[in-house]
Amino acid sequence: MSGSHKYIAFETILIKEIRRFARIWVQTLVPPAITIGLYFLIFGNLIGTRIGEMGGYAYMDFIVPGLIMMAVIQNSYANVVASFFSQKFQRSIEELLVSPVPNYIILAGFIAGGVVRGLAVGAIVTVMSFIFTDFSIHNVPVTVGVVLMTATVFSLAGFVNALFANSFDDISIIPTFVLTPLIYLGGVFYSVELLPEAGRIVSSFNPIFYMVNTFRYGILGTSDVNIMWAIVMLTAFVVALFVACILLLRKGTGLRH
Amino acid sequence: MTSAISINDLRKTYANGHEALKGINLEVQARDFFALLGPNGAGKSTIIGIISTLVRQSSGTVSVFGRNVATHVYETKLDFGVVPQEVNFSPFEKVADIVMTQAGYYGLPRALASERTEKYLRKLGLWEKRDNRSRMLSGGMKRRLMIARALVHEPRLLILDEPTAGVDIELRRSMWEFLQEINQSGTTIILTTHYLEEAENLCRNIAIIDEGRIIENTSMKSLLGKLDSQTLVFDVQDELQPEMFAGIGLARSRLIDPHSFEVDIGRDDDVNHVFRHLETKNVTVKGVRNKTNRLEQLFLSRLKSA
Repeated sequence: MSGSHKYIAFETILIKEIRRFARIWVQTLVPPAITIGLYFLIFGNLIGTRIGEMGGYAYMDFIVPGLIMMAVIQNSYANVVASFFSQKFQRSIEELLVSPVPNYIILAGFIAGGVVRGLAVGAIVTVMSFIFTDFSIHNVPVTVGVVLMTATVFSLAGFVNALFANSFDDISIIPTFVLTPLIYLGGVFYSVELLPEAGRIVSSFNPIFYMVNTFRYGILGTSDVNIMWAIVMLTAFVVALFVACILLLRKGTGLRH
Repeated sequence: MTSAISINDLRKTYANGHEALKGINLEVQARDFFALLGPNGAGKSTIIGIISTLVRQSSGTVSVFGRNVATHVYETKLDFGVVPQEVNFSPFEKVADIVMTQAGYYGLPRALASERTEKYLRKLGLWEKRDNRSRMLSGGMKRRLMIARALVHEPRLLILDEPTAGVDIELRRSMWEFLQEINQSGTTIILTTHYLEEAENLCRNIAIIDEGRIIENTSMKSLLGKLDSQTLVFDVQDELQPEMFAGIGLARSRLIDPHSFEVDIGRDDDVNHVFRHLETKNVTVKGVRNKTNRLEQLFLSRLKSA
């Protein structure tokens, strides 16, 4: 396939992915907006006013970056794992597997779809947050870079999950038992300074803790982590997961007998 | 002549230990209409799976138009289209989107993809349904949609895995005409089917596979020539009396009902003899037909002897 043919194939997969989540917008775009809206209302507005400040900012302002990041993480992961596994389940993935599309284009198409959904939901949540608070972006490159890399990391993770999944139960285990605890313990609602020493050490092994704090730095200019270290780590995650996905696709894991 | 498909000592053992292919050797010439027949579980779909790269071979080689599918994955995929046995498109997508998406996977620019989508949806009688969700289509329409999808990049080789399963006879015949048309335009076709009449009508060459081995690989004509005898059923206008057909003189003849009888005709027998005898008895023949499909008889006898 020539470069232009590969681009057309990539664009086709991406458009198909966008069309899929846009078609079922009531399932894909509305629920996260409602859930995060409730977080804003209850934790940020009602309880937050009694908490006072966190990390030097009003509690509502402090949790806004974490909640946006939570929406991005959950939705980029959910989009890829659900879409790819559904296509495996319906066997419509065979359309793609018998075609001459290279593995890295297949992967790039699905990941781009996950990133677009993650960013779309992130944008909705950001707009909603303006109902409750006002904020400006402290560092645009860090904010945009970290949100893109985070969406990419979790899209790739969703892809790995979908490759190994054999049933719909398999695609809900990781989000429920791994992703959600890591997000909640990743500093979305609190500063790591509130934790005892042991808690801080445990948090330092949670990658989401770095993502949330780097994003918070991008928006507020405050963070519990070293920004450069967090960006290096995020880049390493993207590269490692991309390579793992390519190797799994080449091996045919979960796809070819 | 160029080989469209060349398979050498192909073996496949699945992870559960099932040995699906036990050393398959097969050549399909370019522009051929080739039948791959066999009972359920014989290995037909495994061969198709290996050609289309959905199944990995344990050993052996498969070449499509001279290129090894294992080493020239992307080039060979441009040369063939596959119509699988089971419906495998998203039930939630629109008919035209399914074909357009497939065109995109092959790198066709949007304008060309749109033109080809219209061409094949029209040819297969689906253009009026282009905006319908695919789950709303009937079984026959879904099969035709898979053929349109497989043809959108205009491959040189079309592989059809039981394309007319569950399709009514009228539609099946219109699909035969369409497949003959694209074969005559130069596309090589490999067909697996359970309808032996379909293989007999459409295919020039045939291979029969059983338990992972090719047990017959020849031209349809020479295979049918191996038939030792066939049973013809004669439908007549007047009510038959036993003495009217008893003197036919061939090996066996039997009265089925007052207006029809059957005769076993050997390879060297003269069918005209039957007509001459009936004429002397003033019996008017309204029609003659094979009692069973000739290929079916051969197929079953080959399986039994294998």
